[in-house]
Amino acid sequence: MAKETGMVSWKDLALGCAIVKPGSSAELKTGDWRSERPETDYEKCIQCGQCYIFCPDMVYTQNELGFYQPNLFYCKGCGICARECPADAISMVEESE
Amino acid sequence: MIEIRFHGRGGQGAVTSAELTALAAIEQGKYAQAFPSFGPERRGAPVMAYVRVSDEPIRTREKIYEPDIVVVLDPTLLGIVNVAAGLKEDGVVVLNTTKSAEEIRERSGITAKLALVDASRIAMETMGIPITNTTLLGAMLKATDLLPLSALEGPLQERFGRIAVKNIQASQRAYQETVVKE
Amino acid sequence: MAKRVGIEVSIAVSEAVKLANVDVVAAYPITPQTHIVEHLAELVADGHLDAEFIPVESEHSAMSTCCGSSAAGARTYTATSSQGQALMLEICYIAPALRLPIVMTVANRSLSGPISIWNDHSDMMMSRDTGWIQTVAENGQEAFDLTLHAFRVAEDSRVLLPVIINLDGFTLTHVIEPIEILDQKEVDRYLPPYQPQMRLDPEDPVSIGPVGMPEVYTEAKKAQDEAIKGSKEVILEAWQEFGDLFGRYYKPVETYRTDGAETLLVTMGSLSETAMTAVDHMRAKGKDVGLVRIRLFRPFPFEEFLAAVEGAKQIAVMDRALCLNGAGGPLAIEVKAALYDEPERPYIWNYVAGLAGRDVTIENFVEMADGVEAAAADGLRGDYTMINVRE
Repeated sequence: MAKETGMVSWKDLALGCAIVKPGSSAELKTGDWRSERPETDYEKCIQCGQCYIFCPDMVYTQNELGFYQPNLFYCKGCGICARECPADAISMVEESE
Repeated sequence: MIEIRFHGRGGQGAVTSAELTALAAIEQGKYAQAFPSFGPERRGAPVMAYVRVSDEPIRTREKIYEPDIVVVLDPTLLGIVNVAAGLKEDGVVVLNTTKSAEEIRERSGITAKLALVDASRIAMETMGIPITNTTLLGAMLKATDLLPLSALEGPLQERFGRIAVKNIQASQRAYQETVVKE
Repeated sequence: MAKRVGIEVSIAVSEAVKLANVDVVAAYPITPQTHIVEHLAELVADGHLDAEFIPVESEHSAMSTCCGSSAAGARTYTATSSQGQALMLEICYIAPALRLPIVMTVANRSLSGPISIWNDHSDMMMSRDTGWIQTVAENGQEAFDLTLHAFRVAEDSRVLLPVIINLDGFTLTHVIEPIEILDQKEVDRYLPPYQPQMRLDPEDPVSIGPVGMPEVYTEAKKAQDEAIKGSKEVILEAWQEFGDLFGRYYKPVETYRTDGAETLLVTMGSLSETAMTAVDHMRAKGKDVGLVRIRLFRPFPFEEFLAAVEGAKQIAVMDRALCLNGAGGPLAIEVKAALYDEPERPYIWNYVAGLAGRDVTIENFVEMADGVEAAAADGLRGDYTMINVRE
């Protein structure tokens, strides 16, 4: 018979179920929930930073040239950046294998 | 164990009387318990407060149904409240009144021992206010051998600070002027 | 040196909190808890207690503030009652889950409706399953002593759980009686400064209160359950040490004249004193009646309770709260469950009494003892009845 159990022993949980290692969520890859990914046309991009502001997962960071680039390790493909981009520079592209 | 019930109107200091009696008894090394008739405070409404005094630790939280002593702060309560309700046979009712024992007995039907004092006048003359609670404590101690009159001084001092002296005087005058009628 | 003084029990509780040298008090006033927090506010305002008094806008905020300050490593206190505790209940579940050693006095009062400010145990029972350690005071001295005990237990590194001290509203909170107040040196010997195991500190960051996904929630609850079960040892140890230092020994379950008693009364809280006097009266008349008083309600002291009632033929359990449409009052349900696996169980009748300040007299306790004996003799199926109801 199948049965479901926890991911860690109750004896190994930190006091009060606290997370004692700071920044540990950075290790959690959530990018594979995605069925579409954003692609930016840097010819059209005006470096306004709207994608950076609106992204709920803080996927975008600005590079040395001033452009905003997504880190797909976290991107869940929600498409908010593409919708908000005032220059229509971002398009959602279907993920292939 | 001696059980006492104070009758007053909200704001007249019945609860304070009960507290001071308990504090005085505790200071004398006795055991005591003072508590109000619990509820929302309502100025002017008839209220009661209770005290138990004993030489042994007190082990009950019952209300007091059969007091040994009843103290009535306000003369107008006599017509409204049955102040002698449950009073023990050898109990005493301490009254703030200008009336004679005969008049009181006739009007209220109280047959128990009475201790009568014009506490309102004493309070006005010594303190300038018609608050009779500390005055009646003097009368109560005259009518009973609960505590020596001097036992009140410490608690009165602590509670009233610089106006304590007038309260002590009022209780002493009441002690002298109280008339006890079997 | 400890000093015997005549003092209102609420004020004595605030004095204990002051002697515990708390860092933060966050509270919202509610009858009959008011005198406790008013006095603490005065002590802080007058400079007698070096603490933050945070006058919050609701009990929900009070407990939220307490969680924050306790998580930051501050010794934290609050007090509430009835509806106030109902409003903070959401956060009351969180404090023990986060293992925050907050100490709270609950001036026990009935829950509305009908609206009532008077004393019973419905608020205590409402917080029964929150995961707080709960003790119950019988008199003013205990209220004072249990307050110091609460800090000591809560902050013990083997416990780290919040503690409620239950105190009957009005029946205790508003009573003046003689209480021995310990001095600062004595308290300091008993209660060391709080040394948090983990706290919110920017230099050493931790996240508290994260989501417990299904993969971890069960384990988190198991850990919490083990923590409160394990706390009993520390609770007993802290009582033992209190007794060794100050001469007043406390036990999770107290017995009174139970030797050879065929009939036992079971009570909790200040009315236990009335029950003791009732037992004296009955014993004087040759009735073999004794009393079992429960001082530790959570964790429930099963072992000590079973030892206390061993040999009794029948038990009358007094509840001061209803468990509407349940198998009896909450205390009776607990007692019955405790006895279920015993090979020989006493007969049990449950009396619900003293709701919302309805007086429970010596005579009532005699009635309960007589009642359970008669019901047992008649072979009635155990049930509960309400005392002093006007039909």
